[in-house]
Amino acid sequence: MPFFPSVLHEPSTLVDGLAIEVTDLTVMYGERPVLWDVDWQVPAGVLMAVVGPNGAGKTTLLRAILGLVRPVAGSITVFGRPPAEARRWIAYVPQRTAVDWDFPATVLDVVLMGRYRHLGWVRRPGAQDRERAMEALAQVGMADLAHRQIGQLSVGQQQRVFVARALAQDAWLYLMDEPFAGVDAITEQALIEVLRGLKAAGRTVIVVHHDLQTVPLYFEWVTLLNVRCVACGPVATAFTGDSLRQTYGERAIVIS
Amino acid sequence: MGFAFWLDPTFRLVAVGSALIGAVGGVLGTFALLRRQSLLGDAMSHAALPGIVLAFLLAGSRDLPLLLAGASLSAWLGALLVVLITHRSRIRPDAALGLVLSVFFGFGIVLLTVAQRQPTAAQAGLERFLFGQAAMMLRRDVEGIALATVLILVVVLLLWKEFKVLAFDPAFAAAIGLPVMALDVLLTTLIVLAIALGLHAVGVVLMSAVLVAPAAAARQWTHRLERMVILAGGFGALSGVLGTLLSSWIGRLPTGPMIALCASGIALFSLLFAPHRGLIWTAKSPGGKRDAGPSG
Repeated sequence: MPFFPSVLHEPSTLVDGLAIEVTDLTVMYGERPVLWDVDWQVPAGVLMAVVGPNGAGKTTLLRAILGLVRPVAGSITVFGRPPAEARRWIAYVPQRTAVDWDFPATVLDVVLMGRYRHLGWVRRPGAQDRERAMEALAQVGMADLAHRQIGQLSVGQQQRVFVARALAQDAWLYLMDEPFAGVDAITEQALIEVLRGLKAAGRTVIVVHHDLQTVPLYFEWVTLLNVRCVACGPVATAFTGDSLRQTYGERAIVIS
Repeated sequence: MGFAFWLDPTFRLVAVGSALIGAVGGVLGTFALLRRQSLLGDAMSHAALPGIVLAFLLAGSRDLPLLLAGASLSAWLGALLVVLITHRSRIRPDAALGLVLSVFFGFGIVLLTVAQRQPTAAQAGLERFLFGQAAMMLRRDVEGIALATVLILVVVLLLWKEFKVLAFDPAFAAAIGLPVMALDVLLTTLIVLAIALGLHAVGVVLMSAVLVAPAAAARQWTHRLERMVILAGGFGALSGVLGTLLSSWIGRLPTGPMIALCASGIALFSLLFAPHRGLIWTAKSPGGKRDAGPSG
């Protein structure tokens, strides 16, 4: 049963290993390929951006790593394990727009959901989970809003809540889908500090990002994706005008 | 008039039955509403009709558990068809719901007409499942309803956090390893069960009002799921009792419309007058649609 109570088991291939290894991955939605023959390797402990145009398959790639979409071909391992087994090491931040923020819940309610996997079936979050959730909220600067109704949050605060929920998951790999979308500059700075903190603690962080300008500022690794994996590696070698043109087409603004 | 009706054991029995039906409807309706599946409840309750009549035609008796089994089965089939049509074709969910509702209900009405032409007397009262007649409830029916209510509430209580995360963020629920599909099926099954229970008192046509109206009303008064579920259950129970009471007062009216009217009345009142979210409140407060905070 994949939903089980667990302490934080360390993945065995942490040191100098690969966090993610994707080989020949192809995912189709009906007749349309969303990901085509993707080979992708992510070393453990990096802070990586995934960029690409709309419909490039960025979200699908994250969902494939979580084992939520069935590939037509190819294999995925996370810390050397298949996705269904590795899920307990992964924290996930879906796109903010994936949920209805008018849902009757407080900020703390949502962040506590990050503890659910540790609790397993039936058991309710206890004092320890509450404490961990409050810590996570403090990390994103939202501790004083813990009891605020989520419908009253700004976009930036909503993103912070989602990141806090992921922090409360205590994972080794963080998959974040557009956590900077629609946020103000202060929130962006606060969140990038949180991501750097995770990296410093040896966690692997993968962020779907939409702002090419800030890629070299915030990230040390980058993946350029457009159905195929165009380039992947340290920003210095992979984030070139050439690979950007290949990803976005000729209209790409080349950033030096 | 007085309050002599409370002393009447038959009335008390029927009132308890209607209250339980309303309570279960409110609790499960909360999840249906939050998952934007209110119309699915409507389609499922209409889809129950052919099941009831077919069960009667095949068995030749009006044995209640049998009819309810038929109702559940056909409501389930309706829900399944909606899901299949939505996933396997280009037809949009709202059209799929409309399609299933009208086809099943139309077929049910045809079957009902056939059944009523039968020479035996057994079919008498079958049409009461359209609009409900709580007075038909017997002691063992109410006992069955009570048992099912306890069962449903226990499941909701045990799987509280699982249903909560499923309703709020299904993608996240799947990512933490919850069997989202199985939970979805379970929740739908509970709703089918609630519909089957309610057919007696409320009927297939208006059962969705018992699912949707108390939940919509409850949402107006609270920002917490826990309180919303309890309030919706309370509003549902209140509607059940009031509706039964009114219909027995006015006399020989079907109970379904009265219960639905009470539930809708509570919902209307809440939509208008609830603090923060009510229309009166938001009209007064400057620049505010609902109590949305700063955006951007």
